[in-house]
Formats: sequence, structure tokens, C-alpha cells
Amino acid sequence: MRKARDLSLKFCMKLCAGITCLILLGIIGYLLYRGIPGISGEFLTAQTSYIKDTVGILPNILNTLYLILLVMLIAVPLGVGAAVYLTEYASDRRITNAVSFAVETLTGIPSIIFGLVGMLFFTQILGLRQGILAGALTLIIMVLPTVISNTGESLLAVPQSYREGALALGSGKWHMVRTVVLPNAVDGIVTGCILAVGRVVGESAALLFTAGFGLRLLGFADALQSSAASLSVALYIYANEEGKFDVAFSIAVILIAVTLIINLAAAFVGKKVRKD
Amino acid sequence: MDPIIKAENLELWYGEHQALRSISMDIMPQKICALIGPSGCGKSTFLKTLNRMNDLVPDCRIEGRVSFKGEDIYAEGTDVTQLRTKIGMVFQKPNPFPMSIYDNIAYGPRLHGVRSKTKLDEIVEKSLKSAAIWDECKDRLKKSALGLSGGQQQRLCIARSLAVAPEVLLMDEPTSALDPISTGKIEELAQELKKDYTIVIVTHNMQQAARISDNTAFFLLGELVEYGDTQSVFSMPQDKRTESYITGRFG
Repeated sequence: MRKARDLSLKFCMKLCAGITCLILLGIIGYLLYRGIPGISGEFLTAQTSYIKDTVGILPNILNTLYLILLVMLIAVPLGVGAAVYLTEYASDRRITNAVSFAVETLTGIPSIIFGLVGMLFFTQILGLRQGILAGALTLIIMVLPTVISNTGESLLAVPQSYREGALALGSGKWHMVRTVVLPNAVDGIVTGCILAVGRVVGESAALLFTAGFGLRLLGFADALQSSAASLSVALYIYANEEGKFDVAFSIAVILIAVTLIINLAAAFVGKKVRKD
Repeated sequence: MDPIIKAENLELWYGEHQALRSISMDIMPQKICALIGPSGCGKSTFLKTLNRMNDLVPDCRIEGRVSFKGEDIYAEGTDVTQLRTKIGMVFQKPNPFPMSIYDNIAYGPRLHGVRSKTKLDEIVEKSLKSAAIWDECKDRLKKSALGLSGGQQQRLCIARSLAVAPEVLLMDEPTSALDPISTGKIEELAQELKKDYTIVIVTHNMQQAARISDNTAFFLLGELVEYGDTQSVFSMPQDKRTESYITGRFG
């Protein structure tokens, strides 16, 4: 009797796992089936033009890269700095707890709210034009918690004995942080950054209002203050506004490939750093 | 001879809890001073006041005076960095940094501005020799220090402290995590080192205190019960409580 129950439960678990995998594989399979035929050299290296009758996502690929660049450039030093302050310097527990709580809460806020606030603050109040700059600033606020909490966790994992050893040799606080704490927290910092890149690549809602819908090919300087759609936003535009579902599917395939690469990179870096 | 470290009416609180009560004690140069007593008696706390490692503990408050070569180390404007290079520390658990043996030893000298490769090589060799670990690691200086055994790691940590040329070495139960052979090596090393350095060692091991120290201080509940020549403390303790402790009646 007991054996029968064990077996049936085991079967149920297998069924659950099977269904989950099937759904996932189904989605990916369908995306590949619909998306791959549309991917070509021109698709990746041209911009969409009605006159030349071309469809290309180069502008969106570039816009995504611009966003990643700007966000990382600002969010990484800021986030790592904040985490170092919170774990190594701040002495008032109440303040660190309050900040940690705020950071956690920020992680859970739906991204459309960041978009709304970003639009009101950066474009209405600060007077920035819709574009990569306003988009990047919004995303920075959005990914900061990820960078801070990942860095913070790995800083906390550095053994206290390393800190004591350094201080007992006459090291100042900053020298200690730089030479024995940060080098041993690199994996967490890198993981945080990669996750942040992942969010930048995948984000659409927060960018709709802030970075805009532009599909024109723009240089970095022009893109800062002109409407410029990232890959995810472009997917939305092609699917929802232009009804070009094949293009949307092709973009989806590329986004999935990029996400996969990012996750693999995160896993690889984590493993490599832990081994050393 | 003048004492190298002098504590006068030292009181210490962790928050509301008073961990040290009116400790007055002279530590003589080039001697080994052992601090003994049951867990929680304040001996490690006292040790940490000597190079201000207690500064790291939040809510730690100190009254009284501790002086190193006549200078009050808790006075305003004391350079804690300078103090800690003069008074080095070896911890209970070996704590080499996760870097090469060479970089571990060179950490302190580099911190204090030594850049020349030849000078660093020289310091590394000299420190490792002084800590009696040179022969075991001269062929693997560039390998990670974490690959050494526990006993070797502890001698490496001693070498690391010696590399900044301290005058005093504080040792906080340096052998409690080690096997008897490694313990023997550290004890022998301590005997060697006292020719050039003053050593203050906290130990739970009474035989160790009796074997290696010149002076012994017995702490109980935050008070210094008895302090004197090791021989006499162990053979003719003046205080009933010391006698009970060293004969193993409590602790």
C-alpha cells in the first residue's frame, strides 16, 4: 500500500517536471520555428526603411549596447560603493537596516513604475529629451538594488579573520577593503553586474516612456537625446504597432540567445572565481 | 628595567557588561607573558586592548590608561596604524590571506611603502626564517598560502607579523587549533623569538603557560587575580582562586 503511494507520488512529480519542461521547450521551439527564417545578414546590419523596403534591427542592437554601456558605467561604481559603505563602514545598524530594506523593496517594484517615475522626473522635471540618457538613468535606478545586494552578500561572505589580519598589520580601513575584502568578493560583484546586464537587455516597460520608440540608426551622441528603441522595445513595436510578427519573433530569438549567453557567462564566472 | 607595556586601572565595558575591572599590570620587554584563566575571564579582551583591536567592537568603552613605552595608546591623536605595526597580533585561528605565501609576508611591508623587489625578497626570507618555516616553503613562495597545513599557516601568520618589524607580539591562543607537533613548534618558536621580541600569549593550556612563559597572569571574571613570575605562580600561588584553577578544580 505504502509502496503504491510512493510510486504514484513519484509519478506525479515526474509529470510536473515533464509538463514544465514541455512548456519551456514548446515556447523556445515555436520561437525558433517562427523567428529563425527572418534572421539574415541584412536583418542584423540594416535599419528599417520604407523607401528601401528593408527591415533591420541594427539600430536596436546598438541602442541596447548604448544602454548597457551607460548603465554599467554608472551603476557598478555606485552600487559597489554603496555596498562597501553599508557592510564595511556604516556603524549605525538602524540606518543600514533601513537602507537594506529600501534596496530589497526596490527590487520588487514592477518596472513600469520605474518607467513612469523616470519619465516624470528625467523628462518632465529635468527636461531631458526622450532618449538613451533618460532611459539609462531610469534603468540605473532599477538595477542598483541588484548590484548592491549581490555585492553586499559577497562582502559579508569574506571571513572576518581576513579583516582582522589586515588591520592587525597596521592596515587602514580603505587599504584593507581594497586589498583583502574586494578581491575576495569579486564573484558576487561580477554576478551582480551580469544580472544587471540581463535586466537591461530584457527590460521594456521602463524604457517605453523614457527611451522611446525610435527605429532610426543613431550614433551614441545622437542617441542620448533622441527617441531610441532597445531590442525589447523594438519587439513590442513590431508586434503591437506594425503587426510584423515575423520580425518580432526574430528579435525574440536574438533576445533569447543573448539572455542564454549572459546566464552562461554568469555561471562560468561564478564557478571560475570560486575555484581560484 | 622599565616595562614596555603598562596598564593602569584599566576598565572595559562591552555595552552594559563590564569585561575588565581595574587591571594594573606591567609587561616586561623580551619576556613571554602568559595570560591564563577560564573562558570569558577577560584575558583575550585584555590582550586586544594592547593594540586597540577592541576598537573594532561596537559599544566597547575603556577607562584607565594603557601605555606603550611610556605613551598613552588611547590618547587622542594616537596613530593606531603605527601602534599596530609596533604591536603585532597572531590570532587563534590561522588567518593567512588567500594569496601567495610571498604576498602574505609582503603585505605589511608593502602597506608601509616598501616597493623595491630586492628589499621585499630580503624581508620575506628573513621573516620566514625567523618563524622557522623558510625550509618548508622556500620552493613554493608563489603558491597559495591556503595550501599549507594549519600549523604551517600559523607560523606563516607569525612570519607575516614579524615582517613589519614589531616590538611586541600578541598571541591569542595561537595553538588551540593545532595538533601537538605543530603546537610544539610554535612553543619552541616563541622561545626563540623572545630574544628579539616581547610576547604576550593567551592560553587555555596551563602546561603551555608553565613551559614557555616567564611571567603568568591569572584572570578571573574580569579581574587580575594574580600576576608574577611563572615559577612562583605555579608552585606557590598566593591566592586561593589561583591555586584552585591551576590544580584543575574549576575552569
